[in-house]
Amino acid sequence: MREFRYERAADPAAAVALLAAAPDGAFLGGGTNLVDLMKLGVATPDVLVDVRELTSREVADLPDGGLRIGAGVPNADLAADRRVRERFPVLAQALLAGASGQLRNRATTGGNLLQRTRCGYFTDVTKPCNKRSPGSGCGALEGVHRNHAILGQTIAGSDDPATCVTTHPSDMAVAMVALDAVVRVLGPDGEREIPIAELHRLPGSDPSRDTTLRHGELVTAIDVPALGMPSRYRKVRDRASFAFALVSVAAALDVRDGVVRDVRLALGGVAHKPWRASAAEYVLRGMPATEASFAAAVESELEAATPLRDNAFKVPMARNVVVRTLLDLAGRDTERELA
Amino acid sequence: MRITTTVNGTEHEVDDVWAGESLLYVLRERMGLPGSKNACEQGECGSCTVYLDGEPVCACLVAAGQAIGREVTTVEGLATEGELHPVQEAFVEAGAVQCGFCTPGLLVAAHDLLERVPDPSDLEIREALAGNLCRCTGYEKILDAVRLAAARQARP
Amino acid sequence: MTTMDRLVGAGVDRIDGPAKVRGTAPYAYEQDPGEPIAHLAVVQSTVNRGRISRLDPSRAEALPGVLAVLTPANAPRLGKGLASDLPVLQSLDVHYQGQVVAAVVAETSEIAKAAVGAIAVGYDAEPPDVALSPDREDLYAPEKLMAGFATDSIIGDVDGALAAAVVSIDATYETPTQHHNPIEMHTSMARWDGDSLTLWDADQGPHNIVNDLVTGFGLDAGQVRVISPYVGGAFGSKAFTHPNQMLAAMAARVVGRTVVYELTRQQMFSLVGHRTPTIQRLRLGADPEGRLTAISHEVVEHTARIAEFAEQTATPTRVLYAAPHRRTTHRLARLDVPPPTIMRAPGETPGMFALESAMDELAVVLGLDPVELRIRNEPERDPERDLPWSTRNLVECLRTGAERFGWAGRDLRPGVRTEGRWLVGTGVASATYPTRRRKAQCRISVDGAGRYVVEIDGSDIGTGAWTALTQIAADALGTDMASVELRIGDSRLPFAGGAGGSTGLASWGTAIVFTARDLRKQLDEQHGGQPPAGGLSVDGELPGESPHAKTHSMHAYGAHFVEVRVDRDSGEVRVPRATSVYDAGTIVNAKTARSQLLGGFSMGVSMALHEGSVTDERYGHYVNHDLAEYHVATNADIGEIDISWLDVDDQLANPIGLKGIGEIGITGAAAAVANAYWHATRLRIRDLPITPDKYFRELGES
Repeated sequence: MREFRYERAADPAAAVALLAAAPDGAFLGGGTNLVDLMKLGVATPDVLVDVRELTSREVADLPDGGLRIGAGVPNADLAADRRVRERFPVLAQALLAGASGQLRNRATTGGNLLQRTRCGYFTDVTKPCNKRSPGSGCGALEGVHRNHAILGQTIAGSDDPATCVTTHPSDMAVAMVALDAVVRVLGPDGEREIPIAELHRLPGSDPSRDTTLRHGELVTAIDVPALGMPSRYRKVRDRASFAFALVSVAAALDVRDGVVRDVRLALGGVAHKPWRASAAEYVLRGMPATEASFAAAVESELEAATPLRDNAFKVPMARNVVVRTLLDLAGRDTERELA
Repeated sequence: MRITTTVNGTEHEVDDVWAGESLLYVLRERMGLPGSKNACEQGECGSCTVYLDGEPVCACLVAAGQAIGREVTTVEGLATEGELHPVQEAFVEAGAVQCGFCTPGLLVAAHDLLERVPDPSDLEIREALAGNLCRCTGYEKILDAVRLAAARQARP
Repeated sequence: MTTMDRLVGAGVDRIDGPAKVRGTAPYAYEQDPGEPIAHLAVVQSTVNRGRISRLDPSRAEALPGVLAVLTPANAPRLGKGLASDLPVLQSLDVHYQGQVVAAVVAETSEIAKAAVGAIAVGYDAEPPDVALSPDREDLYAPEKLMAGFATDSIIGDVDGALAAAVVSIDATYETPTQHHNPIEMHTSMARWDGDSLTLWDADQGPHNIVNDLVTGFGLDAGQVRVISPYVGGAFGSKAFTHPNQMLAAMAARVVGRTVVYELTRQQMFSLVGHRTPTIQRLRLGADPEGRLTAISHEVVEHTARIAEFAEQTATPTRVLYAAPHRRTTHRLARLDVPPPTIMRAPGETPGMFALESAMDELAVVLGLDPVELRIRNEPERDPERDLPWSTRNLVECLRTGAERFGWAGRDLRPGVRTEGRWLVGTGVASATYPTRRRKAQCRISVDGAGRYVVEIDGSDIGTGAWTALTQIAADALGTDMASVELRIGDSRLPFAGGAGGSTGLASWGTAIVFTARDLRKQLDEQHGGQPPAGGLSVDGELPGESPHAKTHSMHAYGAHFVEVRVDRDSGEVRVPRATSVYDAGTIVNAKTARSQLLGGFSMGVSMALHEGSVTDERYGHYVNHDLAEYHVATNADIGEIDISWLDVDDQLANPIGLKGIGEIGITGAAAAVANAYWHATRLRIRDLPITPDKYFRELGES
């Protein structure tokens, strides 16, 4: 780990000012990802501005029945919040499916959104990775990529500077994407709101950038609008706990009289960002809530999949768990659950 | 950087701490508290689990500066006046200790669980201890130990 | 032997328990050398094969707090005769990725690690050759296998018998590279006093380490002391000397003060060995009743370019089942990989996965209960050495296990049981591991008050040896445990081999029993049965193998029964319950033994479902080289495990009657899981680990 300064600020605005003046600096939240990456030499900030205790630790009610979640709320606290468990089970379940108790105690809501990929080439500074070291190539494209992306990758050859086939590791972010959350940020130029679907990006021609945040912008809160339908999170992983997703599904479904009135669907473990399955949602609205409809919908989403040599299994895996999750939700009485 | 932290009820002050040090490093190398173990440095094994302001965390991922002014309890702080805590006793009695290297972190995690949930289900135990890898025991006796400690604590 | 049955067998709490739960037990890193400690960090090669072309330590040397940078150019010359990867920093040649090419010694570990980043190394490299395949033309037959086993064994006309067999199986099984991943990372702390070296070390037996230090540093055995009272797990990776011990001693000599080197988790994947991957072809021929007529087990595995390690993978096939025609072979590929080493039940662990999977496949073809198939092939004598068994109770293990598990009435058909979305199946496999013992010496002293000190360089790596040996000693001395002080883990103590091969208690315990007998005889004959006021000390020795080892075949046995559930949507696998029954001879400590057997079996489940180091053949490295990506079983992966043992002993093996328990639990466990997986799904996975992706592969969906 190279030399750096550790700074605390009096308030969020001061933290933003500190970081704005430090082009190679970084905010430090719970540190569960950043400290690890610094030890590995992957992240090399020269200044750490500690915001772990700076942003709000409150979960506040919004007028519409939604919640404003302070960026400093620890993952464990958020998962345990009664309102989250009752109104947004998908979010509580996603949080509990991530990491371990110790890490959830430490990790913040804001930091969780900004986790970096766990690709083995990204975390090994001796190997090529366009995300870590732009222009060095992509080790994973023709290497070990069993748990890499099947959607939205940039595949332009191992040596091409745009190639990136990795996934976003967060479970919570997948739920947030399904929930149409809005990320509130404070930057050198003031506050702005970013719909979460616009926060994370695909690698495109610049895999080094995970999000659309600008340098110095600090996540201060996440607004989750009211949902009004049952929801759940299903995660498939290599072992029973404490592993990143092979495939995960965040889903919410509103069925009335056997017809899908509304649906939210996002996939984890399949792309460089939490993948909102908009095509599937579009196909499903107004369709009978049957296994055949669900299968047709998810097929329409996965038509775009471009699996790599060793991860084609994710296509049927995603199909199966989406269908199963939607069937599970459809089997519930929406009106009773909302009552 | 100067670090002032209350550890196991005693205020510790150490100087010349480099910003890149972790809380685990400070505990082991600068405060003479080697009970918390260094085994992966990535938060993946839980051997370094300590209480930070009352919550179990992986000390290896807490930057030293983040511990300034906070309260830390390590495995060395679980016993009171030399008497083993019931969780510690139960780990020995149930055969939950083998090589002992994962044990300090497991004890803090189990201690926390029983503080929050006096009579945990097996599922709750497994979930609470999911962040603590053990390579020797196959976990069965660790579950037994937590059940035993819970039963003991339930007695008036 | 009337004194033997008082404490031996009891489930005594481990005597090292209180110190471990308090966090005060001093592991190697936590020992006090009596002076300030300097820290070492290493630069590792990023290529597998080649030569260092450029290495500039000057930037690192200039950093504040850096005491020295050792490179092949300036490192002290080590003595000739060091094997494998022990001649650290002695040459510019690179033989595997991760090889230490420079080392920094600094005031703190953080400074040392930071300085590592300031050292740039260039290489003239050749492409890595790391891919194991049975089609390689350079496969060769080693002269011998590990532990002295013959490379091949051929009895009768195997090919003829296979061709003539009414029923046969021909299948190839693969096990991946695996890494030990003890929770404590390898740590060595060296202090020199003149030409005398003290090394506080995490190892499986101090005497195993001494010889290499003597050779490397040109010392007499009396000038080296290795101390390792507490060791945080090992599983084979701490059995032998690795570069860490050499580096710590070398660096301490250079900087003139104590140096400690603690590996990082990532470094463990290249510096302290691994289990070789294997490709195993099994062919079984049988008559219609399921009696085997031929067994052929051909193994391909790897070794390192710089060291030959020939894992004895097919050796369990030489003893487990009767068949008139039989063949086992081992062929090696020399690759640009770090030297492999022993890992919990080397040989038996991968070999039994293949053999016991093939037996299950044969039972399927025969339409026969797999328990019954095994019983029908029970050999009366060792089928290859043609010797009687010392004791063998495999059939009893199978029958008892079947009873405890509720095996009776099991539907043979695969893929027909469901509970919700789970496909449910059950499977069985046998377990076996050789029973051996090794030379060991012991000293027992008694003072006038009847307090005993038992000294032997045994080792407790978490096994419970500390407690079990004290029980054995107390019984042998006719006293209670409180009157016995056991000293282990120090090369100054009387010689003993390390913990390994499940020989610890058999060797050290027997040496204690022999020495205690001598002591009691002297007390009886010369001191009227009472300890003399000035005390008495007796040295004893166990010469080595049992005198019956040449005339009898000695093994431990077991049977595993496993339930597996597979999610039909996702391919996720769970093992909710298992039963294992062992014939391991006398059980010395019911509590610590149960943990050992549970731990061994669980490591087998972990092997079946999770473990494997994945090689990138282009860059030649293990991609998943940390605990985030090298998955070992978590708490939630292990279900209810019912462990029991038969009430038997083996007096031909040793006077305590034990067979060793450290390894028997893992053997066969992965096969039992894979067999149950087949029973649940109809899918036969022949390459471990059984991860969810393979479910879709076998279904033809990916």
